[in-house]
Amino acid sequence: MTQDLTTIISSATKTVEISRAMPTVIIGERINPTGRKAVLAALKEGNFDMVRQDAVNQVKAGAVVLDVNAGVPGVDEPALIQKMMGIVMEETDVPLCIDTADPAALEAALSVYSGKALINSVNGEERSLEAVLPLVKEHGAAVIGLCMDDDGIPETPEKRLQVAGKIIERAGKLGIGPEDIVIDPLALTMGADSSAGILAIESIKLIIAEFGVNITMGASNISFGMPDRKYINSTFIAMAILAGLTCPITNPMVAQVSIAIQAADLVMGRDDYGMAWIKAYRARQKALEAQS
Amino acid sequence: MSAILEQLSAVVIEGDETKSPGLVQKALDEGFTAKEILDNALVVGMTEVGIRFKRGDMFVPEVLMSAEAMQTGLGILRPLLAASGAEMLGKIVMGTVKGDLHDIGKNLVGMLCEGSGFDVIDLGFNVAPEKFIEAVKQHKPNIIGMSALLTTTMRSMGHTIKALEEAGLRAGVKIMVGGAPVDREFADRVGADGYGSNAPAGADLAKQLMGAA
Repeated sequence: MTQDLTTIISSATKTVEISRAMPTVIIGERINPTGRKAVLAALKEGNFDMVRQDAVNQVKAGAVVLDVNAGVPGVDEPALIQKMMGIVMEETDVPLCIDTADPAALEAALSVYSGKALINSVNGEERSLEAVLPLVKEHGAAVIGLCMDDDGIPETPEKRLQVAGKIIERAGKLGIGPEDIVIDPLALTMGADSSAGILAIESIKLIIAEFGVNITMGASNISFGMPDRKYINSTFIAMAILAGLTCPITNPMVAQVSIAIQAADLVMGRDDYGMAWIKAYRARQKALEAQS
Repeated sequence: MSAILEQLSAVVIEGDETKSPGLVQKALDEGFTAKEILDNALVVGMTEVGIRFKRGDMFVPEVLMSAEAMQTGLGILRPLLAASGAEMLGKIVMGTVKGDLHDIGKNLVGMLCEGSGFDVIDLGFNVAPEKFIEAVKQHKPNIIGMSALLTTTMRSMGHTIKALEEAGLRAGVKIMVGGAPVDREFADRVGADGYGSNAPAGADLAKQLMGAA
């Protein structure tokens, strides 16, 4: 068993440590127009109210890092991501996860960021490795590595491990250590293939046994096409935390999911005296009282 | 409708792929033509599946099982349909566009189109404009269907339509687009002929584009 690594990211004023010895780090997924037509329309009109709200509300709900995605078709992505990051940094002080597939937007984003960003993402495709890893090195950032390559998404945990290994090796050649690589083994939906969940879990186990790296995952996709998604998502996330997931990308405003993460941290012995759990309970009680 | 065809369409709705080939064979033995079995049992069943899915009474895994049940039945009918020269509703080439690996939505539309009586050629995911062009030349479809889940990959729909124009192939096909970030305005802007907001709507749109609904 390889030793578990600690990934450190930061904003101008805040440092976040990601490791299996610490509570789970929630990366808030909401600042993203993908699949959210209202946000897409607002961003097109230059209206950033929802970005502001999503930033504040997610941090309130327990997000420790915020993902920022500016993928709006037909819009100057480098300029938009800078603008969106500016607003998020105005409203909150948490480190950011810069989410883009466009190297020009990534470079623009990194140039206005103060702190150590988490980049979302590089994958095993040659084109991606060559475009993203030099920027990770240049800006001293950390990066999420997706377990897919020129042949698509591998169908077995062993092959996903191989892709993770390739990304870690290529990063190492540029002087980027494995502690700055967070692997995303990819959770596909159980709606299309009911073995997708266990495949993701087994991939996590293999990858951490081999490399000790931190693990992220978009934990909402797993239930696409199914009814009562929040119960599936919360159970999956707790099981994935046991397997080694450390920084899921998810929506902390879905109560079931954030409660499942808090409970999982308690079970994992990462919540001394259960203080975080009790504090969260009191906050929920207070919110209920305020409602009634 | 006869009891056997009703039974067959019920089996498609239930998604029991072990029973559908036997019932198709039985219907053939009773004297129904392949085309009658397709139109009055398999298509009827899948149409109901589309309606229930849209209503939220059926879920993706169930639709996949129904499609499987339709497929195993269609497997027996296909050679007979070809031999009899029966007219399908039309031919659709579809794929998830370049850079995008999300194929569930596209698969659902494909299954429901097939379940509406179309001949469907699925190009898979990450399909580059050149691949669509190649497929149009080879299969001569009536309709091209394109899907994307990501805001960053949907622009490939525009690229593909442009490439079809440049290749002189655009006039011969109808183009329909769909996927989470796509809307009617985007579909109009890139020059598509139609937009479906969900899988059953996509199948309905294909029928409309053929003038069949």
